[in-house]
Amino acid sequence: MVAVSTPKRPIWQRLIGFNLVSAVVLAIVGWLIGYWIGGRIHAPSLDFFAENGQNDISILLGYLFGVIGFMIGMGFANYPIRRLLGHPPTLAEHESEGEGLSRYFRLCTDHKVVGLQYVVGIGFFFFIGGLNAMFIRTELLNPNSHAFGPNQYLTLVGLHGTMMMGMMTSVILGPFANWLVPLMIGCRRMAFPRIEAFTFWLLMAAGIVLLTTLFFGGFQTGWTGYQPLGGQGTAGYDAYLGFFALVGLSMCLLGLNLLVTIITMRAPGMTWSRLPIFVWSVLATATLMLLAAPMLLAALLMGAFDRAVQTGFYVPGIGGSAYLWQNLFWVFGHPEVYIVALPGFGIVLELLPVFTRKPLWGYRLAVAGMLGVTLLSFFVWQHHLFVSGINADLRPFYMLSTELISLPTGFIFLCAMGTIWRGRIRFTVPMLFCLGWVFNFLIGGISGVFLSDVPSDVTTHGSFFSMAHFHYTIMGGLVFTLFAAIYYWGPKMTGFKFNERLAKIHFWSLFIAFNATFGPLFALGLMGMPRRVVTYPTNLQALNDWVSVSAYVIGLSMLVFLVNLVWSQLFVREPAEANPWNSKSAEWQLPTPVPVHDFDRIPVFDGDPYPYGVPAAPAPVGIAPAGGTA
Amino acid sequence: MNEVNHFRRVVLIWLVSSVILTPIVVLAAQGIPPGDGSVQAAGQTTDNGVLLGLSTPVALAVVVFFIYSLVAFRERDTAAVLDGPPVRGHAGVQLWWIVTTTTIVLFLAGYGTVRMLADGAGGGQGPNPIAKPTSSVPALPVQVIAQQWKFTFRFPTYGGVETNHLEIPANRLIAFHVTSLDVIHSFWAYQLGVKADANPGVDNVAYVQTKNPLTFNIHCAELCGVWHGYMFDTGAVVSGLQFASWIAQQRARFAPATKLLPPYAKQYFPDPQHRGG
Amino acid sequence: MSAAGKRLVGVAICAVVVCVLIGLYIGLYLTTSPGDASAAGVAGPNGTNLYLATVAASETTDPHPSWVSYYVVDAKDQNWRHATTFELPANSLVHVTIYQFDGQSGLRNPFIAQATGIIGGTFGLNGKPTVVIGPDTASHIFAIPQMGVSVPLSGVPDSAKNPCANAPCPLSTDHETITFTFRTPGKGLYRWQCFVPCAAGSIQGFGGPMQTVGYMDGFIKVV
Repeated sequence: MVAVSTPKRPIWQRLIGFNLVSAVVLAIVGWLIGYWIGGRIHAPSLDFFAENGQNDISILLGYLFGVIGFMIGMGFANYPIRRLLGHPPTLAEHESEGEGLSRYFRLCTDHKVVGLQYVVGIGFFFFIGGLNAMFIRTELLNPNSHAFGPNQYLTLVGLHGTMMMGMMTSVILGPFANWLVPLMIGCRRMAFPRIEAFTFWLLMAAGIVLLTTLFFGGFQTGWTGYQPLGGQGTAGYDAYLGFFALVGLSMCLLGLNLLVTIITMRAPGMTWSRLPIFVWSVLATATLMLLAAPMLLAALLMGAFDRAVQTGFYVPGIGGSAYLWQNLFWVFGHPEVYIVALPGFGIVLELLPVFTRKPLWGYRLAVAGMLGVTLLSFFVWQHHLFVSGINADLRPFYMLSTELISLPTGFIFLCAMGTIWRGRIRFTVPMLFCLGWVFNFLIGGISGVFLSDVPSDVTTHGSFFSMAHFHYTIMGGLVFTLFAAIYYWGPKMTGFKFNERLAKIHFWSLFIAFNATFGPLFALGLMGMPRRVVTYPTNLQALNDWVSVSAYVIGLSMLVFLVNLVWSQLFVREPAEANPWNSKSAEWQLPTPVPVHDFDRIPVFDGDPYPYGVPAAPAPVGIAPAGGTA
Repeated sequence: MNEVNHFRRVVLIWLVSSVILTPIVVLAAQGIPPGDGSVQAAGQTTDNGVLLGLSTPVALAVVVFFIYSLVAFRERDTAAVLDGPPVRGHAGVQLWWIVTTTTIVLFLAGYGTVRMLADGAGGGQGPNPIAKPTSSVPALPVQVIAQQWKFTFRFPTYGGVETNHLEIPANRLIAFHVTSLDVIHSFWAYQLGVKADANPGVDNVAYVQTKNPLTFNIHCAELCGVWHGYMFDTGAVVSGLQFASWIAQQRARFAPATKLLPPYAKQYFPDPQHRGG
Repeated sequence: MSAAGKRLVGVAICAVVVCVLIGLYIGLYLTTSPGDASAAGVAGPNGTNLYLATVAASETTDPHPSWVSYYVVDAKDQNWRHATTFELPANSLVHVTIYQFDGQSGLRNPFIAQATGIIGGTFGLNGKPTVVIGPDTASHIFAIPQMGVSVPLSGVPDSAKNPCANAPCPLSTDHETITFTFRTPGKGLYRWQCFVPCAAGSIQGFGGPMQTVGYMDGFIKVV
């Protein structure tokens, strides 16, 4: 780093301003204000909570005002207020590189900074969620003695599920789409840079809100938060509501931002048929996020009213219905499952051409597959309710629509198969993770057929079988492609290489331990073990212990990754080349690290994104590859 | 080495492995749960066998293709960066793939629908079941009442008696009327292949045609609060005679409680905001 | 190491500190459950004696002073301990005495008003042998579903002159005394619970104390 000649201000002066410190302070102030207002509203006439010593209005308003305070402290109110006072519009906000690391702890509208913030921020919560999984497996080591109490166990289950399904929803779109989409489509920023930063800090606020649930006794409903069980919960369930509301808002805005960026900000020549397949997957996912999240927000709002002011949306007998939550939740929840799966499709199809040195096979089919999944995913949600007794006459329809969704998914497999056929395959670490995805998602997809078939679903529904199924698709699908993306694009993003030997150890240990953990869970489910139980029949103990031990190996494998991350990125710091994979994609033609404004001039695209095997093909973009003034 | 050669080899390996493995998988599937405890359970086992038998060649196609490609097309010269052939698609292959997968999917959906409509498959069908198994003797109605955290069972044709445990006669069509007094539970009689959510205020009907006497496990299969994991019981399918004596015994034993019960109804609405003292 | 490197390491150390704090936070939550303490039954001449008390509200010093709860007491209603895990010997008779200070709530399912699983089929309600109580007078249920034991506990009528609010409650306040005997099965961990919707103020009366081990739920360790 070049020595900066300007004298440095003392640290306490640099801490004053709109940054993480002021955000935390204002969040606490906001919490107290909300809590106080809630206490004033709380009247004895609302005797629903009068007797149990719990005032949900205070807690919910505390979260609301706390988050508002956090965002104000972060500086998100500054620009609107300045505009209201008549100041001219500006764009660049904390984009100058001279600020170095502190940019990462404040509102920054550089899409590359937000991308890295997302990687670290979500990664942090990912490891907390993973830690919970270790605790869950510890409890299940023995059916007759409990490492934790049943309340604590169910809270762990809920925290693990909620953390993974909430925070991890944005784990590809937050970090990688924000970082890559402008580079791939040839623009210098996202359509709404402040909203981009807003989604990140909102997600961080959500994570903290969720963690506070432990302080209020946790929530014993699992990540699905079914009502009216949720209505019975202690104040810890308010944290669940607050968390998912913030996540839903963040997802909605993230999707909107990416959608607008991809539609309106493509560089000249970046026609729809030249869009990298990863961008197509982002487009599909963003559409789902934008349309699905409002359903969740509606469900949560009614849940909050039920708890705080006794409305009874979900309570049968006073005009409500327990089905309402199930319907709204899964209308959001099933698209949500594809929100986490689709970016993985994009990453695999984006990386396979690079490591087989062939163009993507069946580009249009792949796009059709992604759009097909997007469309169909809104019409399958009641397969979660096959035995619930709701709309039993419609079960053949939901069976058909659910099984139809394997057609577009099959397109993705066909495109992957066509791409590796007669390629020149290189077994780099990202490639290994992509191949891991192929195997895991194949198992996940096939096990999904059993759950979509009503007769088979009667036994497998709500059992460890369905749990194993969605871990194969989400952990085996999303998490494997996440690591593929980290090892592939990570060096470009940070500027430093990973240790390849540790990365390979990470892959092999993860792949083997993953299958050793979740394969037997299919058997456990078929043998009659329901989900989310704190105890189970003693004859299942041997298998459960095997699963727990393999789960610990997954934990160790993740530690290998953490060691690699810290060691290679913080201590060894071997500079990464500009294009170590010899990729022909746009982002790799830029210097490493990528300059703050990405391109010296807006590039013009004149070919498809995968010109492998074409002799003397021009670089896919007209980027002047030099010029990178840092 | 030419293209045709590779493809022929993949197809050959796939055919051989499918022909060997598919029958093995289908045979092994006869032993997979839920077993032969009832007509519906046996139906599910058959169903699982069909699905496994169909998915084996599909999975093998992908796995064989990938393993073969990874071995045959691996880059031997890692130093040089050489490109593969710029093939961008093949309309025939794509069409063939779409037709094949569509056929499989439509068959699966049709098969599942037929199987489900045949005997209800043991699943909860809501208050107005569309898949009613036929039987010479009318179905024995058994109400399953779930509450946090216990199942009780009520027999409307036996004076509305309610019992703590469940016994049902063998070789008889049973209609479970599953309902809940508070939150959502799920009644899972594992060996019978029955699963039906217990929703408050809803009469969720599931049919099962019992076979020979056996004991079966009852579990709650929907997270219902702190003791969800402990909400289990053991039930029994017994001979008709044994059932008659058991139910008579239960009626005598629970006569005091039966007098207190509300009249039999398809669903119950206890005061939803019941406030304790 | 460069300046940026040093800063990065600094940030990493901060991250580790945050992680440790969060680990502690989760760890503390997992290992502390109020009222989860264990109490052993008192050995007597023909079996073990277990003396319990149920109150409308816990002690004012409790984390949840407005929650209903079980307490372990001694034969004379002295020495109140907030514990809901009871240690009992295997395959032996257990004589339970419950001093019931709470008011009436009513049952969601009147079927549970009849006692089951106890020796002789009847329990003593203030000394009177009883099989079934009025469902609306029930205050709590002492039920061990895995053993088939279920005994309804009548509540103190609303007209009571001298009700007791918070634990500990002296015998001079209004109460009902319930006695019954059951036989423990083999060794193992069993759970017990209440079936009366007695968690005031939550939906269906089944929130808070009804779903928290240490108040209206607990374990029975048969050793």
